[in-house]
Amino acid sequence: MIAEIGHLLAFLALASALAQSLIGLTSGGEPARRLALVTSLTSIGAFGALIVSFVTLDFSLALVAGNSHSLKPMLYRVAGAWGNHEGSMLLWCVIMAGYGAAAALTMRADALRDRALGVQGLLTAASLAYLVFASSPFTRLDPAPLDGGGLNPLLQDPALALHPPFLYLGYVGFSFVFSIAAAGLILGRIDRDWARRTRPWALAAWSFLSVGISLGAIWAYYELGWGGWWFWDPVENASFMPWLVGAALVHSLIVTQKRGGMSAWTAFLAVLAFCLSILGAFLVRSGVLTSVHAFAVDPERGLLLLAGLAAAGGGAFTLYAWRAPKLLAGPEFDPVSREGALVLNNLFLSVAAALVLFGTVLPLFGQAVGASMSIGEPYFQLTLAPMMGILFLFLPFAQAATWRRAELAPMLPRFAVAGALSLLAAGVAFGFYRQSPWILPGVAIGAWVVAGALMDLSRRISPGGWVRALGLSASVWGMTIAHVGLGLFVVGAAVETAARRDQTFVLSPGESAEMRGRTFRFEGVREIEGANYYATEAQIVVTRGGVEEVMTPQKRFYPAAGTPTTEVAIRKTLGGDVYVALGDQVRETPGAWRVRLSHHPLIDWVFGGAILIALGGFLSLVSRRRRDVPVSAPEAAPASPVTDVQSGAEAPA
Amino acid sequence: MRKRSQRLWLIGAAGLLVASGVALAATALKDTVAYFYSPSDLVEKNAAQVGRSARVGGLVEAGSVRRGEGAAVEFRITDGSHVAEVSFDGLLPDLFEEGQGIVAEGRFDGSGRLVAERVLAKHDENYMPKEVYEALKDKAGAATPASYETRPAGAPAT
Repeated sequence: MIAEIGHLLAFLALASALAQSLIGLTSGGEPARRLALVTSLTSIGAFGALIVSFVTLDFSLALVAGNSHSLKPMLYRVAGAWGNHEGSMLLWCVIMAGYGAAAALTMRADALRDRALGVQGLLTAASLAYLVFASSPFTRLDPAPLDGGGLNPLLQDPALALHPPFLYLGYVGFSFVFSIAAAGLILGRIDRDWARRTRPWALAAWSFLSVGISLGAIWAYYELGWGGWWFWDPVENASFMPWLVGAALVHSLIVTQKRGGMSAWTAFLAVLAFCLSILGAFLVRSGVLTSVHAFAVDPERGLLLLAGLAAAGGGAFTLYAWRAPKLLAGPEFDPVSREGALVLNNLFLSVAAALVLFGTVLPLFGQAVGASMSIGEPYFQLTLAPMMGILFLFLPFAQAATWRRAELAPMLPRFAVAGALSLLAAGVAFGFYRQSPWILPGVAIGAWVVAGALMDLSRRISPGGWVRALGLSASVWGMTIAHVGLGLFVVGAAVETAARRDQTFVLSPGESAEMRGRTFRFEGVREIEGANYYATEAQIVVTRGGVEEVMTPQKRFYPAAGTPTTEVAIRKTLGGDVYVALGDQVRETPGAWRVRLSHHPLIDWVFGGAILIALGGFLSLVSRRRRDVPVSAPEAAPASPVTDVQSGAEAPA
Repeated sequence: MRKRSQRLWLIGAAGLLVASGVALAATALKDTVAYFYSPSDLVEKNAAQVGRSARVGGLVEAGSVRRGEGAAVEFRITDGSHVAEVSFDGLLPDLFEEGQGIVAEGRFDGSGRLVAERVLAKHDENYMPKEVYEALKDKAGAATPASYETRPAGAPAT
């Protein structure tokens, strides 16, 4: 019964979204706003019905039967609702409608809001139609099975329960950025006011995406048992491409907001980010690419997503081609200026996104000509490391530069100090881990970015001392935190990738192995029983400097799914993680097990840095709210090409 | 700085970056792309050349798994008509067993054996790597595994 109500609500949401798009794109006003709220509430209702079905274990629903089990803990019963293709598509719709509702509640009532709600309604309707007609989560089974197939045990993990919702808040968040860009293009109004109102949505989507990607990386690190956190898997790349374009967008929006410049380019990025999100959904769900993620593998659904991508992208870029030439360029600027630096940032990030796209889809074209190839880590490291390295070298200069024309000469002594500090940091890191020379440039560049960000902060607060620090806007703090986070991430990633140590040992009870100054003594294994699994747990005593600690990695077996999983034991230390995974039993020697010991130096800098980047993004978002005063008077502005407040009309670009 | 020269340096910078991006991609690809081979491909195309990186997929041949010193393991991958020798030193994935579909990534040594750096098994009980499925499908007479596209009713979709 509840499932039928959910099914009905999904149809109601579809109807409401269609009405929302129709009214939003024509008359607009209060009805469009109300319809956006109705669309959101009905989709939330449908999703709620699905969650109730999962919690109450209604095995007559095909989706519940396939993805849940009576022995599953409550958290994963709930998370099971989106741990599959159909449920996650419903979550996608809920979040898309939710962004529409959030806009309806917070945006100033004018034509831009109405058109944006209209486009958002169209996107939501398309997603809901795909849901109810091509991947309905409410399909019944007759007869109902007695118990379910269970959720893949690898997915029964807190980080992974939260990973999809955050990822979608990011991915799908770009849908509203897309909508507001399309609305701006329809109205011919990609101006400073448009940028000011778009920026929070872009920042929110991009920051959520950062959190979502980080959660996925953290999960991969401790759950897959390989100790890696990024595999350049097509599905990871699918989330990384919109992230890169989103990063470019939140920077170019600053130029459009503050200077009225780069408006056509900014609109282009705003449209592109969501197109890449749909491309990501296509890559994940169609099974066209070989991926460890292999979600619902269904070519037909893939084709529908591809059609959706073609329609959304085709429509928006046609609109763009029609309108963009009429947009005016902003005031001119020197190559050495903040505008110049941000243009450079955008060029680098876009080329990086293109390199990732190329490496991700090339195997597809290979398949078409009959060659099955794989492009992995080496390609991405060889292409992205130099690109990003050069970009990060410029970053401190960009932060120091002023608008229009910058004099960097007075800043040189400070740059010299920052440079010396970063070389020192690189030397120290290399002293610890001599294995790889790659540590030197990696740590130097990361430390340079951190030093540059702190230097910029000190410059901003130095005239008034620390009292002034309180008066700085949240967006300055956001920028500083995000850039410091980026620098820490680069240091961590360079050290972890170059100096991680991994070794597999065969140990009998009482035997020991050594790694990086630690002794690991294998005490044997014991059998234990968990909520919905059996496990073999190893006791490993780790000794360093006379201090003993016990680590207990497990090998679990989930009877419901019939799958074994590896549950690693991790011990955090100041310098990094000690990571122990239990392999399989050695048949020839009774009592002996294969054990993998790893050391992951500075791994927390990788995750901590990524979280700081997201935090910085959220902080910048808050700042806008505090001084939400219109820059210009857009209500009075006619639906004509951009009027630049700063310098009046310029020659078209 | 006039509008015109501004546009010139913008185009120049963009052109330079795009060109270096293309150059980077081309050089990186030359050294790093790994093609997928079934054991029969290796024989027919004579692809097992020393030092070449490759992915080889198929089923782990029954009775072929030999454990060596420490974590070292050797096994054969079969597609029903031919076999490929693989050696690996590390922890095998949880779902590795004889008769299971896997992909081994690595480089060939002098004897035509693949020295694997990574071994991938299907990541849950319902799927095998797509390439393995297709490699097996191509071989008539091979014991065809449970279909790749169609899942048993009620099986997880993830």
